[in-house]
Amino acid sequence: MLSCVKLTQRVASHPGMLTAAAMRLKHTLPDLPYDYGALEPTISAEIMQLHHSKHHATYVNNLNIAEEKLAEAHAKGDVTTEVALGPALKFNGGGHINHSIFWTNLSPDGGGEPEGDLLAAINRDFGSYENMKTKMSAATVAVQGSGWGWLGYDKDAKRLTIAACANQDPLQGTTGLIPLLGIDVWEHAYYLQYKNVRPDYVKAIWNVVNWENVAQRFSAAQ
Amino acid sequence: HEALRGPIRNSGGGYVNHRLFWNIMGPSKGGEPSGDLAAAISSAFGSFDAFKEKFSQAAATQFGSGWAWLYVDTNKSPATLEVTSTANQDTPAMEAGKVPILGLDVWEHAYYLKYQSKRAAYIDAWWNVVNWDEVATRYEQARA
Repeated sequence: MLSCVKLTQRVASHPGMLTAAAMRLKHTLPDLPYDYGALEPTISAEIMQLHHSKHHATYVNNLNIAEEKLAEAHAKGDVTTEVALGPALKFNGGGHINHSIFWTNLSPDGGGEPEGDLLAAINRDFGSYENMKTKMSAATVAVQGSGWGWLGYDKDAKRLTIAACANQDPLQGTTGLIPLLGIDVWEHAYYLQYKNVRPDYVKAIWNVVNWENVAQRFSAAQ
Repeated sequence: HEALRGPIRNSGGGYVNHRLFWNIMGPSKGGEPSGDLAAAISSAFGSFDAFKEKFSQAAATQFGSGWAWLYVDTNKSPATLEVTSTANQDTPAMEAGKVPILGLDVWEHAYYLKYQSKRAAYIDAWWNVVNWDEVATRYEQARA
């Protein structure tokens, strides 16, 4: 879940009158559940630090700015501006959603294989864990430009589905699928360490997948 | 054939775009354009600095992977100079009559090893290596 922990209140110009517009929920950068170097050698500390403290932080900041502008436009009845803010909300909101999920999807104690209900669903929908891994890796590597590969859950069809999204398009907001496991393939996620060899990065990242977290998300999606 | 459209757009675009990119840069270049190109830029954008600002903005605000472009639109009479940005390996040249004469790669691979997340610093520095003679040649060719 996103951490919308900071509630800032502005006292309205009329004493005693607090409108919805005066209340602002500011998004904050979630803490990483582990140190920057914890995922080495799979993902370098340098990448983790830049990825979390620069890239994710920028999405959070710009999301707050866009939402502030949206609130102002809304208060003025300026629908033109509201609509024009769509892309910025999608980029930055999606970026915040995606990275918040990503940090929990990984763990220094990760790797191995899924178990229990999640494994049963994987076997049912893909034949085997290896087959799911192969398909998801292929879809992720094949993303053109910047984007993400996802293992998602289709609540209507009650099946696991592999998907890819461009840029920071959020999986659920764009496709309706519930995100369970994401692999970031924006170049900033791997370039310093893997250079242009994206397949090596995607192959390696399975070593740090936190199956407990993926299973929790799967369970919550039922 | 439909299945080939994506790969051709990406790989074909990548090939064409990078060929232009290597040619419009060079050591001991930078500075400003002169002659007809300089006049055309002033006319289209108000001044070279105003053009530089607009191009840099296009490069900085392209979300995700892509390019910023200066191109000649030969569909218009007289032909115009325009600035735009495109996603991934798309190019203005995908539309007949639009001829890119200057391009800046803002895929992260173009700058990450040296500038990391600081795309703006990369864009700022890049002007120091633009080969205006080459851009001017392409401008003349586009108008021919």
